[in-house]
Amino acid sequence: MIQESIMLVTVVLMAVVTGVFVFIAVNAGKESVDYGPVQAKAFGIRTALFWVVIVAGVLITVITTLDLPYAATRGDVAEGAVKVQVEGRQWLWNLSQDSVAADETVLFEVTAGDVNHGLGVYGPNMRLLGQTQAMPGYVNSLQLTLREPGTYKLLCLEYCGTAHHAMMSNFEVTAHPEHAAAANTQGRDGA
Amino acid sequence: MSEATLSPLPASARAGVLTYLAISALVFVLMMALGLLMRIGQADWLWMPPDIFYQVMTAHGAGMVGISGLAGSAVMWYFLRRYVDLTVGILWTNLALFLLGVVLILGGIFLGGFGGAWTFLFPLPSHGMGAWGNAGAACYLLGLMSIGVGFLLLYLDVARAIIGKYGSLANGLGWPHLFGRGEGEPAPPTVVASTMVLIINTAGITAGAVVLVLILVNLFVPTFAVDALLTKNLTYFFGHVFINATIYQAVIAVYEILPTYTKRAWPSSRVFLAAWTASTIMVMSVYPHHLLMDFVMPTWALILGQVISYMSGIPILIVTAYNALTNIYRSGMRWDIVSGLLFLSIFGWGVGIIPAIIDATIAVNNVMHNTMWVPGHVHTYLIVGLVAMLFGFMYHVAGQNGTTKMIDKVAFWVYAAAGMAFSFMFLLSGYVSIPRRFAEHLPEWVEYSATSSIFAVLVVLAAAVFAVRFLTSLKSARMA
Repeated sequence: MIQESIMLVTVVLMAVVTGVFVFIAVNAGKESVDYGPVQAKAFGIRTALFWVVIVAGVLITVITTLDLPYAATRGDVAEGAVKVQVEGRQWLWNLSQDSVAADETVLFEVTAGDVNHGLGVYGPNMRLLGQTQAMPGYVNSLQLTLREPGTYKLLCLEYCGTAHHAMMSNFEVTAHPEHAAAANTQGRDGA
Repeated sequence: MSEATLSPLPASARAGVLTYLAISALVFVLMMALGLLMRIGQADWLWMPPDIFYQVMTAHGAGMVGISGLAGSAVMWYFLRRYVDLTVGILWTNLALFLLGVVLILGGIFLGGFGGAWTFLFPLPSHGMGAWGNAGAACYLLGLMSIGVGFLLLYLDVARAIIGKYGSLANGLGWPHLFGRGEGEPAPPTVVASTMVLIINTAGITAGAVVLVLILVNLFVPTFAVDALLTKNLTYFFGHVFINATIYQAVIAVYEILPTYTKRAWPSSRVFLAAWTASTIMVMSVYPHHLLMDFVMPTWALILGQVISYMSGIPILIVTAYNALTNIYRSGMRWDIVSGLLFLSIFGWGVGIIPAIIDATIAVNNVMHNTMWVPGHVHTYLIVGLVAMLFGFMYHVAGQNGTTKMIDKVAFWVYAAAGMAFSFMFLLSGYVSIPRRFAEHLPEWVEYSATSSIFAVLVVLAAAVFAVRFLTSLKSARMA
């Protein structure tokens, strides 16, 4: 899951910064040395660091913006995607349908009937798979391929009032008919 | 041109700054206690009706943002008056409008039932669904307006004083030295930082005032149509700028106090000036990173939100934090509660922006936005960064330099360790996709809130020690 990668990168970078601060703290109280050479060396390192950060930033930006979640809202919808109209209201989700088959690409067309809401699609393991805002007067399209059969949850991720936390709906992902048939066939063959 | 005047601080100004700080110390602890209340509620240790939880959440958010602004402005005002002629009457007027605003906000929340979060996202204020009515919402919004007007007056006075002394805001930012061969010394760091803050906060507060008026009119004249996306842009522009400005004001304490420990100058170098000019632009243009999940926003604006978020780390980490570390390294600096808290604050700021910058990556935001990851990075650079900076300044003003008591040492280490652990629990909660702003947590989430509550208790206790030590040292306050 992407969350594992995010956490790993975050912890590593926070540890590096912490290490630098600890190193400086340990050396702060030592006998004072002339500031000029310290500055000269430090600023030389900084210049190199600056360019490393710039190059890394450009590379990361290019890589991470190649596949943005906005394409469906701009009309670039996957062929055969199942459209599910979603309207958020205090405090429920109105869904045009509440189940799809596994491996189908689902296009959630999300809006709101009263205040701002946020549609968060949680997998059967309650990890967030994707989200978009539900806004009065606008339609945000969230395209996801739900591969694992099971009960998914739709949570509200934008604070919307007193029962915000209770705004949850189930969304069923059933075994794909072809996969189910194949599994049955394998089962019979095995038997 | 850049030398501090060091004119004696008039009694009314001294009383003003100390009043700002005394109120801030008390309110910080109180607001932290409200935060603790929310966490123990989520941990199922205390049952709170959801409407009460969301009222507490609204008070905690608005209170923390407001008091951070007040305390930050006290730091800026205290040091800036060494260079320019500020109006003491405006300092008090701001405080009066702030207190009026606090009364209105508390009335709107706890009497009017308003629980629309500090961000009051339109059209939620008019949709209380029985939990609050228009009167409560209006009271809350007028309270914010009162506070905004006070701060606007303060920043206009800062602008007047800087332009009066340095000729223009461009000179206040040191542009003649940044872009050319300016004569003499550039404006000192305190003036540069103050100029940046007055520019961004004037813009931010004005945007906030516009959205407040729009919502107030809509409350009583619902046919007055307001666009939800427009108000969201205005709200986040205002909110982002205002909360960021708090730390850009408070960091002046680091620029002014730390060199007195290291005996090393911290002048306005060209890199320093470039960093502050860049920050001026970036703080005002980065706010679309709050709207990355608003897919109907223009794609270019959202990509810009990611790119500028990445770039905004450069002035903070590679200039401010790096300069602080260079200044400290092998300086023979003596550690005490003041230098310790200031050092911790730079660490908290620097380490806290890492998860923030990562969250500004669109692909990351897709699974982290409005989860506990967000309060995770916010609390890192507010608790360990900003609030540590402000308490460091309070100890300095209270004349506690070089006289660290055992209780200060204990409070420092408890605050630093528990503050990081408390903030990291938010990040861990975001990692497992726990949403933010939920009054009730699912059973599998409760243990995260329970562990977090323990750290929260320690943070509140340590902050209470800082506050009490400051308040009991007020008589010996040493102010130049």
